[in-house]
Amino acid sequence: MTISEIQEKIINEFKNFDNWMDKYNYLVKLGKDLSSIDSKYKTENNLIKGCQVKTWFHSAFKDGKVFYDIDSSSIMIKGIIALLIRVLSGQKPEDIKNADLYFIDKTGLRENFSPARANSLWKLANKMKSDATLREVKIGVEKKI
Amino acid sequence: MIVKTNNNTRALSAFDVEKIRNDFPILKQKVHNRPLVYFDNAATTQKPQVVIDAINELHAKHNSNVHRGVHYLSDQMTEMHEAAREKVKNYLNARYSHEIIFTSGVTASINAVAYSFGEAYVKENDEIILSEMEHHSNIVPWQIMCKRNGAHLRVIPFNDKGELLLDEYKKLINPRTKLVTIVHVSNSLGTINPVKEIVAIAHENNIPVLIDGAQAIQHGKIDVQDIDCDFYAFSGHKIYGPTGIGVLYGKERWLQKMPPYQGGGDMIDRVTFEHTTYDDLPAKFEAGTPNYIGAIGLGAALDYLTNIGLDNIKNYEKKLLDYGTNKLMGIGGLKIYGMAKNKACIFSFLLNNIPPYDAGIILDKMGIAVRTGHHCTQPLWEHYKVEGSVRASLAFYNTFEEIDFLCESLKKIQKMFK
Repeated sequence: MTISEIQEKIINEFKNFDNWMDKYNYLVKLGKDLSSIDSKYKTENNLIKGCQVKTWFHSAFKDGKVFYDIDSSSIMIKGIIALLIRVLSGQKPEDIKNADLYFIDKTGLRENFSPARANSLWKLANKMKSDATLREVKIGVEKKI
Repeated sequence: MIVKTNNNTRALSAFDVEKIRNDFPILKQKVHNRPLVYFDNAATTQKPQVVIDAINELHAKHNSNVHRGVHYLSDQMTEMHEAAREKVKNYLNARYSHEIIFTSGVTASINAVAYSFGEAYVKENDEIILSEMEHHSNIVPWQIMCKRNGAHLRVIPFNDKGELLLDEYKKLINPRTKLVTIVHVSNSLGTINPVKEIVAIAHENNIPVLIDGAQAIQHGKIDVQDIDCDFYAFSGHKIYGPTGIGVLYGKERWLQKMPPYQGGGDMIDRVTFEHTTYDDLPAKFEAGTPNYIGAIGLGAALDYLTNIGLDNIKNYEKKLLDYGTNKLMGIGGLKIYGMAKNKACIFSFLLNNIPPYDAGIILDKMGIAVRTGHHCTQPLWEHYKVEGSVRASLAFYNTFEEIDFLCESLKKIQKMFK
């Protein structure tokens, strides 16, 4: 599925929720279901700077696609991570870099978070995108060589 | 006095919390369409209307820089600024008003002592004693000073209830100990430390003591002569006053001997390019234009509290503490951190294995303002081998019903995470 198709699917799922409590319950469920990353990746270097809670980031590149392993000490944040991984993981670097993550607004996730928490969310999304950009640059360099 | 403060000397024989809540306009608002339950008072307290009015009126009618003015407004403001100093002096029962130094807050007050006292008295291999439950603002300034002077920190441990081990404290004292610096009330655990005893032990060994009163000043009477501490620090915004104003009380004999920590206008006697002589206390420690509006606003807050009665506040908050402790302990899976016998109305807890951050953001949606995390006391949480807690810190405008609502909300959160 493309990034847009996955986003549309998530937006549709969120249409079932009438209020913030339902959305939060769903995030808790997603957060609990998302498996923790290998403890070897839970290092100081892999922490995302500026997030309110400890959030570890790791990615791998396979068959031209980026795969993300992200974890957080917050279950709610893990719920958000699960959504971002669903949208971006397994996609091509170029597509991730150019992705318009409109589902964050259309699901009401942004308005349900305070500016500080929404900021953490964007930091996470930007980290995923910048990682993809680096992958893309690396591919370009390797092709030239 | 030009700015009117609360002269309504209502005698509150029975504590009328509804009447008090009417004095705090912010408490009437809704957040996320729910009535605001403000349980983040250890971070900052809300301001009564008299303080808000005082600040507005000062800006609207009286603003002018203090000291050395030759005009009407400056004279007026200088008089009010010094009257505020006198109010603080009386509030703390200090001996002299020049023992009251206005700063920007506790952090600035402690940094000032760490620098100035360190310059005057601390040499290589000397030691500073503090406790395991200090706020970072009573650790880091001393670490910086120790690094500069080659000195070391020594740490008083506490037991699992959150009470300092005074026998261990006594063992730490030695001829190299230059100062003891202790938090009066723990911002994370609520423990009220036996500061009078701590000071007496230090004084037997001729060691001065600084008390970080950030979380004590708002909960009852503080008498610096009775405690006999050498320094006492507090912030205006934690005692229902404005932000950006704080106090450093210091005994005259120390303040006289310590060098200034900042240079600038207002603190000098005579300046030449070769040499500067400093002004007398308190000006020596108040370089630059002071936060005179903040100081006068703080004075208004102290008047307000005095009118309500510090004993009334203390007694009511004790009832909230006892009620809240019982209610919270009735929730299965909730663990309270900080069960000291002598405690302020602060509840630090963990709910099952629910991350504090998650509990905090859901409580926020329910209209309850709490704080989550390490509360700037990371070494304290190392004691318990956890990273932090959910902290509900109450004030005298909080109610038993709000505690009930917190408990109901926590039970709902438990269900969400089951």
